[in-house]
Amino acid sequence: MSAPAKYDLSRRSLFERLFEPPRIGAMAPATKVIVYTVLGLWTLFVVFPIYWVVVTSFKLPQHVNEGPVYIPFVDYMPSLHAWQALLVTDFGDTLRSYINSFVVSIGATVLCIIIGSMAAYALARMQYKPKLGIILTFVAVLLAALVVTILAGVDWKLTMAAALAVFFFLARALGKHFKATLGNGDILFWIISQRILPPIVVIIPIYLMFQQVGLIDTHLGLILAYTVGNLPIAVWLMYDFFSGLPIELEESAQLDGATRFGIFWEIVLPLTKPGLAATTLLVLILNWNEYLMAVFLSTSKAQTMPILVAAMNAGDRGILWWTMCVVIVVMILPVIAMAVILQRFIAKGVLLGAVKG
Amino acid sequence: MASVDTIAARPDLQGPAGAMKETWPEWFDRHSRHIFIWPAVLMILVFAIFPTIASVIIALSRIRFAGGGFQVRFVGLQNFARQFVGNDQIHFLGRFNQMSALGWIVSLAVTAAMVWWFVKFFKGGFNLVGFLGRVITAGMIIGLTLMFSGTLLSGNAWGTLGTTLFYVFVGCSLQFLIGLGLAFLCSMPIRGKSFFRVVFFIPLMITPLGVGYAFRMIADTNKGPIQPFWKWVGLENFSWAADPWAARIFIIVGDSWQWIPFIFVVMLAALESIPRDHVEAANVDGASSWQIFREITWPQVIPIAATVMLIRVIEAFKIVDLPNIMTSGGPGIATESMTLHAVFAWRANDLGQSAAVAYLLLFVTVVICASFFNYVVLKQLRKS
Repeated sequence: MSAPAKYDLSRRSLFERLFEPPRIGAMAPATKVIVYTVLGLWTLFVVFPIYWVVVTSFKLPQHVNEGPVYIPFVDYMPSLHAWQALLVTDFGDTLRSYINSFVVSIGATVLCIIIGSMAAYALARMQYKPKLGIILTFVAVLLAALVVTILAGVDWKLTMAAALAVFFFLARALGKHFKATLGNGDILFWIISQRILPPIVVIIPIYLMFQQVGLIDTHLGLILAYTVGNLPIAVWLMYDFFSGLPIELEESAQLDGATRFGIFWEIVLPLTKPGLAATTLLVLILNWNEYLMAVFLSTSKAQTMPILVAAMNAGDRGILWWTMCVVIVVMILPVIAMAVILQRFIAKGVLLGAVKG
Repeated sequence: MASVDTIAARPDLQGPAGAMKETWPEWFDRHSRHIFIWPAVLMILVFAIFPTIASVIIALSRIRFAGGGFQVRFVGLQNFARQFVGNDQIHFLGRFNQMSALGWIVSLAVTAAMVWWFVKFFKGGFNLVGFLGRVITAGMIIGLTLMFSGTLLSGNAWGTLGTTLFYVFVGCSLQFLIGLGLAFLCSMPIRGKSFFRVVFFIPLMITPLGVGYAFRMIADTNKGPIQPFWKWVGLENFSWAADPWAARIFIIVGDSWQWIPFIFVVMLAALESIPRDHVEAANVDGASSWQIFREITWPQVIPIAATVMLIRVIEAFKIVDLPNIMTSGGPGIATESMTLHAVFAWRANDLGQSAAVAYLLLFVTVVICASFFNYVVLKQLRKS
């Protein structure tokens, strides 16, 4: 025994052996046990509700009503009756909602990403100096128009047109006298801060507005409403990706005579592919799950999946849990696939930059 | 909203005037500044700013639907007054009682804390904007404290405002602590890290309606999966949805199941972005893991933690799907959030009240989030 006694592992007490890491960067055995137990329990807590929904979708009514049965083939014989009821008997209704959901969420995502990334790029690379006075004039004119519409009962189309005309006249006449300007940072903050706005505040006027122009219960109406809801997120994340790019590439392309759109389309977007993909997935998932706006803006024709799921709450015979579970499974399947892909981007830290700033 | 047309004012960017006919791509390029930003600005103007302003008008009037259109009658602040002193006070604020001793103690303590905050502010120098901001924040805090003291702490039920704040503060704190804890565990050198990451992340993406139904099934003490446990403790006929506090906690559990992943993924990414050499150096010096966390890790992730909490709080104020599905706002109005309150008012064709409640929600959200941003997030960001 040439080594000093204190390095002799066999002499360490039980406590030391359990709670002291054997080497730097490793964990002590007891810590290991605690960590894996906690993580395991949490995995159970996360997976169990999903598991329960999936197994319930294969249950017969008596399996649900006569106390819990847990494992298919062991506790009970799984049955496809709920799947059959939904996918064969009620196929048209479910399919229509499913297609509506796809059309609306994909349409809203594409629109949101296009508009959002263009605005984000503009804010990251171009200088804007909107005049404070003109903005205040605009708000004042809009407010006046609304007051006239409401109090005097004038047709809203008339007041809006008049308001726009008055605004352009005032902007032309007074524009030169306003000195105070805002910058890109203010515009960005203004766009992002729209996320604070609870959708319930804007949805009632949007409902009345859509009613006037016939957009209630249409795909287009839902797409427009969803797009605005997620625009702040898209602009925020994409702004972060764009401003992280080295500007030299774009400058040299500009010297070579490329147009702004050419630079954006052929240089900038390909460089931000991971960020673009992550943002798209996030927005897509948010759109897919959107419920509140759909409640207000879709009644039957454009009914989306969340509305279909929520509507099953009310039934003459109580909730048909097995059918409900089938719908939920069908609804979350594509989302889980997307979540697994999105998680990869998050693990790489793709979305972290925005939160940091 | 018009940005100054600097390109039009600069002849060098316009090309030789009239030298050749401008093609479409050239026109596009010349106006690209505007074409890039205006779609987003217009969308927000039309579908967010305009409705927000229009909502004020709706909240100040009574709306009747008549033959495809609608009639508006101006009623002043009546819709708002109803929430605070009129018929809907019980629904919105809660049922007030003679203030109890506990209520007095809490109110006085909070007021004293606010006074101390102002004294500290005056000592550090005075500026008008900072003063007004603090007046608004302190006013909101004292008002909410009086509401809680007069209703809950005096033995009565609170209204939808109290319920919403309960979801926001209790739910978000719980989610933050658990999410951060899990992220910390996952940032350790463990095996199967990518497995845990993916699994823990999934709930965030599942539709809140699905979460609501799943937890209703699981919480069923008579037919649900943990029925043997309830039977064992003698609660098999207990109904979560019938007891106000059980129902609220039940909704917080569902909400947490959904949102802990959000805190988890962001905090995990933040923890892993910390340079390893600091931690290893402390390790060599014999620091315990708690010391390492407190002294090295935590100070570096505070800015991200503050930002992630801000995002979470903003989203938490909008809660509607879970109470709607899990309890329909019941028993009574015990689990009704403000958004749900507004939805129910809309269903009852009372658009004025619906808009008023929505506006009050906007006001509370903006004041609380702006206060949090100014006094917590910015402070942390400046430090780092």
